[in-house]
Amino acid sequence: MTTINLNGRQQQVDADPATPLLYVLRDDLQLNGAKFGCGLGQCGACTVMVGGQAVLSCLTPLSVVGERPVKTIEGLGTIDKPGALQSAFIAEQAAQCGYCIPGMIMRAQALLERKPSPTDAEIRQHMALNLCRCGTHMRILRAVRRAADSLQAGAAKPETSNGQRSI
Amino acid sequence: MRRRRLAAELFLPLLAVLLLIGCASGLPLDPVAAPSRPTFAREQVRQGELLAAVGNCGSCHTLRDGPPFAGGVPLRTPFGTIYGTNITPEPETGIGLWSEAAFRRAMREGVSRDGHLLYPAFPYNHFTHLSDGDISALYAFVMTRDPVHRAAPENRLVFPLGFRPLLAGWNMLYLRPGPLAPQESQSAEWNRGAYLVHGAAHCAACHSPRDGLGGEKPDAFLAGGDAEGWHATALNQQSPSPVPWTVDALAAYLRTGIVPDHAMTAGPMEDVVHNLSRADPADVRAIATFVAATMGAPTPERQSRETAARAKAAQPALATVSPAATASASTAQPDAATLGLGASVYESGCASCHDIGRELSSNTALRLPLAVALHLPDPRNLIHIIRRGILPPDGEPGRWMPPFEGTLTDEQLAALVTWLRRQGTDAPAWPDVIRTVKETGIAP
Repeated sequence: MTTINLNGRQQQVDADPATPLLYVLRDDLQLNGAKFGCGLGQCGACTVMVGGQAVLSCLTPLSVVGERPVKTIEGLGTIDKPGALQSAFIAEQAAQCGYCIPGMIMRAQALLERKPSPTDAEIRQHMALNLCRCGTHMRILRAVRRAADSLQAGAAKPETSNGQRSI
Repeated sequence: MRRRRLAAELFLPLLAVLLLIGCASGLPLDPVAAPSRPTFAREQVRQGELLAAVGNCGSCHTLRDGPPFAGGVPLRTPFGTIYGTNITPEPETGIGLWSEAAFRRAMREGVSRDGHLLYPAFPYNHFTHLSDGDISALYAFVMTRDPVHRAAPENRLVFPLGFRPLLAGWNMLYLRPGPLAPQESQSAEWNRGAYLVHGAAHCAACHSPRDGLGGEKPDAFLAGGDAEGWHATALNQQSPSPVPWTVDALAAYLRTGIVPDHAMTAGPMEDVVHNLSRADPADVRAIATFVAATMGAPTPERQSRETAARAKAAQPALATVSPAATASASTAQPDAATLGLGASVYESGCASCHDIGRELSSNTALRLPLAVALHLPDPRNLIHIIRRGILPPDGEPGRWMPPFEGTLTDEQLAALVTWLRRQGTDAPAWPDVIRTVKETGIAP
């Protein structure tokens, strides 16, 4: 048994230590937010946070996680109470098929936790690792900008466009 | 009568219009000073452009995403931080007021137009070897760029190096002005390569070791040096590459950044390759010819290193390689716990691309016993590459390795590096890898 600190809770996992964190999250813990894209660290769909940094969970074996806190998109908010980034992605309608979005949001979350008011260039550079095959990158960049601005404005929860709940 | 009136009705307005036009065209306008953009022959500008690509000028004079050649790039040296200057033809912050004679003096002697001495971070000790024609071509190239008003930040140098007259002493020690004589015993291509390597390309600025005053050691030409926290590999007979370089492999590497059985470019060399990809292919081949000749035919020692590396690389998995017992007994051997941790990190994080049988999915990731980073005198490059990955420059496809910064703790990274050195080479273990890992950490 391995214990990991997952979204603020201690979680017991019965898995081989060499198992990629992505498989542990999806197969053992039914946290299906992080996605399997390429399995080679080339697309970013599996991005989660470990120890405050965005990591590619398909390349992160359970054994290296240790006591570092793991945060997944399920830890950011719920449908009723979305987090700042989730709200911003809804407001900007920054998804088409949506497969890459949990990874996009977690990579952006790592940036905003470290640097609450990044420049547009910093957002672009930071997000460069994550790919969106639908071509929603421009909306994604706008959503990260919006989340950063709303957090800076002190709004704990930015408004969603027309109060839509479109998740 | 009616006809005459009609003529007058037509004629008078016409006359009025003509008078108005006459007056308007005769109004004096204030003169403006003619723009003093010099003109150059197109071929000369092109020659300068190709040479600037060989010289990697943009690496220090163009900020990422900044206007071309407008300066501002920080160069961190052991003596402090020096900022690349604005070399656009802008009069106040650039070199718009520089005559060609002033430009030539800066290139040959390291003296600015106003007479102050330039820091040798600007490699005038190499550019001094350029021909008159090439300096003129570079002048034509920079003077036809878009002028940008932008002053470089102040340099931050350790005391007393802010006092520029001290550089006169440095120049006495290290500056040998003027072109170098060609060697008649060598081919034209070798001589062209030597001219470019010594001059415009200034390879030795990074690939030769420097002494305490920052001068390149003359008796250790291309024997390996430092570049912005990376080890710049030896390009002479001490080349650490497990597979000896050929002219073809070097030329391909310098133009594309990737060639089978050799490492991909990473770190400061990425910029160099990005620029060389836009240089004259014949010049790049000449550089490759000269460098391959400087490395010389592989010695028996290098040949046996290749045999050993290829044998290891042919193993289906790096973990199945049995480490050589030749590691020097005088160096501290890594403990079993470190090696076990390194092996497990490799197995779950690296093997999915780097072990045999993964070529189709991993786009031919390198067999690590062939990776030069494992064979270097210190582990910095390997640590940098694992941390930062290898990302293609903006707009370019291809070479790719995901970054592991954040995935691995310092201890896990050190263990992986230690294990890779042991499994992938017959060289002695690197001492105190964990310290290097901590010292080279990326600031969050």
